[in-house]
Amino acid sequence: MSIDTPIDTADEAVDTAVPAVTAVPAVPDRFTRDQVGWTPHLEPKPLADLDERDHAGLVDRGRASSDYFRLLVRDPEILGARTRVDKDIFYNTAGGLPRAERELAATAASRLNGCVFCASVHSRFAAHHSGRPDDVDRLLREGVDADLGERWNAIAAAAVALTRTPSALTVDHVRRLRDAGLDDLAIADVVHGAAFFNWANRLMLSLGDPVAPA
Amino acid sequence: MTAFPIDVIDELAGVAPGSALDTLRRRRPVTRDQAQESFAALFVPRDDSELPLADRLLIAAFATRLTGDDATAAFYAAHAAQADPERAEVVADAAAQAIAPGPFGRYREPGLQAESTEGLRWRASAEQRAAVGDRLTAALEHAHLLVLRPREADAAALAALTDADWSVDAVVTLSQLVAFLAFQQRVVTGLQTIAEEAAA
Repeated sequence: MSIDTPIDTADEAVDTAVPAVTAVPAVPDRFTRDQVGWTPHLEPKPLADLDERDHAGLVDRGRASSDYFRLLVRDPEILGARTRVDKDIFYNTAGGLPRAERELAATAASRLNGCVFCASVHSRFAAHHSGRPDDVDRLLREGVDADLGERWNAIAAAAVALTRTPSALTVDHVRRLRDAGLDDLAIADVVHGAAFFNWANRLMLSLGDPVAPA
Repeated sequence: MTAFPIDVIDELAGVAPGSALDTLRRRRPVTRDQAQESFAALFVPRDDSELPLADRLLIAAFATRLTGDDATAAFYAAHAAQADPERAEVVADAAAQAIAPGPFGRYREPGLQAESTEGLRWRASAEQRAAVGDRLTAALEHAHLLVLRPREADAAALAALTDADWSVDAVVTLSQLVAFLAFQQRVVTGLQTIAEEAAA
């Protein structure tokens, strides 16, 4: 998958063009916008065992080719609801926040939590949809305090504050987003994009390992 | 047990019908509905034989209390106390001891070692383990890991669950439950903060 290819899928492990895993998988060295693979610690449900209930949970039949989704389909009801939340938060661009900035919120949350895999996927989306790969790379390289310009700084700061435990999100973060030109719906989209990656990061980090590009 | 609200996020964030926050949430109807469906998948499960509802509520009470002493934590604590009052008390005490700022933890990636940070790695005491059982203890320790130092959640952490008799299917449900709560609690916090700013 090239970053120039329009991508119609928001979730983490649907990179179908992940390079073949080499004999000795290595973890990536650091945050990167490059392709990163993912290998599960637990056994995904075998393809041959998937029934209609499982396919309903997968939502898209194509997700059956992903180890990640075939592991999550061991509980199909939560996977199905989660997938529909995911798609709406990231693709429903009827008003509100542009797609690139939803991906920015996802990347910032993943950068703080330390999910190199999620950050790789969503930094590619953020760079692709914004045309600002250098700013995205700065976030990956320097961390969540990197200077990305005021509007992106406001989005990253809110996403990061909401990701911290306990939550550090304040009225000032919301006001800063408003001053940067976001309306209520766009601010709610920042909240949902960051919150969703606090869900996704915890699954990706714990159910498998990132694998460095071959 | 009292019934769950029709929309848990509305309940926890104090969204009144017809309010600005209600209107805002209804502009993303799929997110609103499917967030509730996610709650229902976990807490009104089609089959809870692998992970009983009372255990789900105890784990939820623990995980949300680590993140904040807020409406979400109070909600799960109240439901856990109804479902299993004795163990809920032990879990509430354990959560109070286990609170720590996050996320922290060691990076597995060589180039990120300099960003590794330390914090409280909570383990249940022998008394707590005896009071709630090995299986729930393993889940609480795993929940602490996922909530506060997810970057340290590795294969060994999952092996600790399978060693405590957690099936692969149940590990998936447990992981989704704790991870979903990280989402739900943040959506509630975010919506409340939007409302506070509007009122200021």
